[in-house]
Amino acid sequence: MTTSLVDNGVNVAALLGAREAFADTPEIARFQWRSNVTWVNGTHSEAVVQTFSGFGDEQTHSRTFAFDVDHPLQFAAQDNGITPVEYVLVALGGCLTAGIAAVAQQRGIQLRSVQASVAAEMDLHGILGADPEVRNGFSGVRVDYRIDADASRAEIEALVAQSQKRSAVYDILTNPTAVTVTVS
Amino acid sequence: MWRTTTVVVGAGHCGLAMSRCLAALSVDHVVLERGEVAHSWRTQRWDSLRLLTPNWMTRLPGHTYSGDDPDGYLGMPEVIGLLTDYATGAPVLTGVTVTSVQSSGQGYLVHTDRGVWQARTVVVATGASAVPVRPAVPLPPGIPVLTAADYRNPGQLPNGGVLVVGGSASGIQIAEELARSGRSVTLAVGEHVRLPRTYRGRDVLWWMDASGLFDERWDAVPDLPRVRNLPSMQLVGAPRTLDLNTLRGHGVSLVGRLVGARDATLQFSGSLANMCALADLKLGRLLDTFDAWADRAGVEAEAAQRFAPTAVPTPALSAQLGRGGIESVVWATGLRPDLSFLKVPVFDRKSRILHDGGVTPAPGLYVMGLPFLRRRSSTLIDGADADARDLADHLIGHLDMHARRAS
Repeated sequence: MTTSLVDNGVNVAALLGAREAFADTPEIARFQWRSNVTWVNGTHSEAVVQTFSGFGDEQTHSRTFAFDVDHPLQFAAQDNGITPVEYVLVALGGCLTAGIAAVAQQRGIQLRSVQASVAAEMDLHGILGADPEVRNGFSGVRVDYRIDADASRAEIEALVAQSQKRSAVYDILTNPTAVTVTVS
Repeated sequence: MWRTTTVVVGAGHCGLAMSRCLAALSVDHVVLERGEVAHSWRTQRWDSLRLLTPNWMTRLPGHTYSGDDPDGYLGMPEVIGLLTDYATGAPVLTGVTVTSVQSSGQGYLVHTDRGVWQARTVVVATGASAVPVRPAVPLPPGIPVLTAADYRNPGQLPNGGVLVVGGSASGIQIAEELARSGRSVTLAVGEHVRLPRTYRGRDVLWWMDASGLFDERWDAVPDLPRVRNLPSMQLVGAPRTLDLNTLRGHGVSLVGRLVGARDATLQFSGSLANMCALADLKLGRLLDTFDAWADRAGVEAEAAQRFAPTAVPTPALSAQLGRGGIESVVWATGLRPDLSFLKVPVFDRKSRILHDGGVTPAPGLYVMGLPFLRRRSSTLIDGADADARDLADHLIGHLDMHARRAS
């Protein structure tokens, strides 16, 4: 392998170091991710992300990130931000692409460009309560990658497959998760 | 109390191979077996099962296959017969259940239901496949459930739909048998290892063996935890390929991993396409390895071939339990060792035994037959030979060191 000559900007040594550290102190692998959401008006909210916990401690992003969440004009809304379901697509594409970079780095594959088109189908009968047989969420999600890299097609396909296997957002979308919503 | 140099726990192929090696090295020993020789082969296998390895691979220390069907696959009665013959002359005590192994002075106390043995060294050969592993998916009461270890034949299950959970060797074979019995079969598939039965005119395991893949050592593979957790190979002990495409041809419905049950609805992962892509790509890489080796080694074989990708349907994400849906479930989700009798601190936080190629951190305590214990073949009958020789050598070294210290 020519790992040392490949630079995808991923610190694989740090990631593998974390895996080794987890072997000694598994509890530091327990993370909590957070977002605080404030209603603005109509379907417009602002979501702020600043802190999380993990590695056995409270952690903070280098700065506070804020995201407007809204719906488009076609929904008789103000379009102050993308829709919640589009954030899901952003999350999936971001997660899989980060994974591709990390796996490529570890496998000694130099990436030149990676582009993903993420698309999801939805039938609005669901969220409008117009047809109980239609679910609220996506009926399917498709991701198409265009990747230019120093690798064969099979190696590139293996990168994409391995990235799905290790992706948190892919797992969140493909498997059920217990969700508890309370009012305090 | 009885005394011996080495107690071997378990008279399966591993324990018997170790006994042969110890005898050859003149190490006084006894093999304790809770049931009869080849106990698991007698009690935890379904009726139609045949070994996944061809007869010529049924090699043990001092035994090679000499029958007239080297490319065939032994059925269970033949495996039991083979091991029973192989045990002739070995110091096996059957019907003796080991209840605990404890450290004691320079060795171990082995408590059994027939008394206590004191031994300088202990070899645990109780197998990798003692207890079925079942995912924590709660099923409503009233649904007949079997594990692959309890399954014998389709007659144990009600007519109607059956869900087989697990796409490795057990799951695909049971799914096929149930489909042929006329049942509507759904197979829940997670990560799996796809293999053709034959490649370029030879058994695929011939390629694994001849190219040296089975001899790959535990201390030389890049990611040992990964290879130790690989699912078993999708094979059947017959001269034909059994994979997900074959099963679809038999009318088996493929779904993703079983991930939950809500009331009477089973939930399956949406990851089936990627699971199949991973297995297809991995198979392609394996065949590339074989081809490259064949070129280097000048192997004469039929032309290189590649297999059609797994045809992945748009899978169902849920299924109804009962009421004309899935009426019974077979868990083919793997097995794990049961080493609860081992009262020696050699376990990690997930209760897996710690060992370096079968050598545990407790001096004089050894384990055999676990996945990739010392080499890729460690869980095969054919892997017991080399592992037993290596560990017997290590054991002799341990005894010699003690002898030198004592003198």
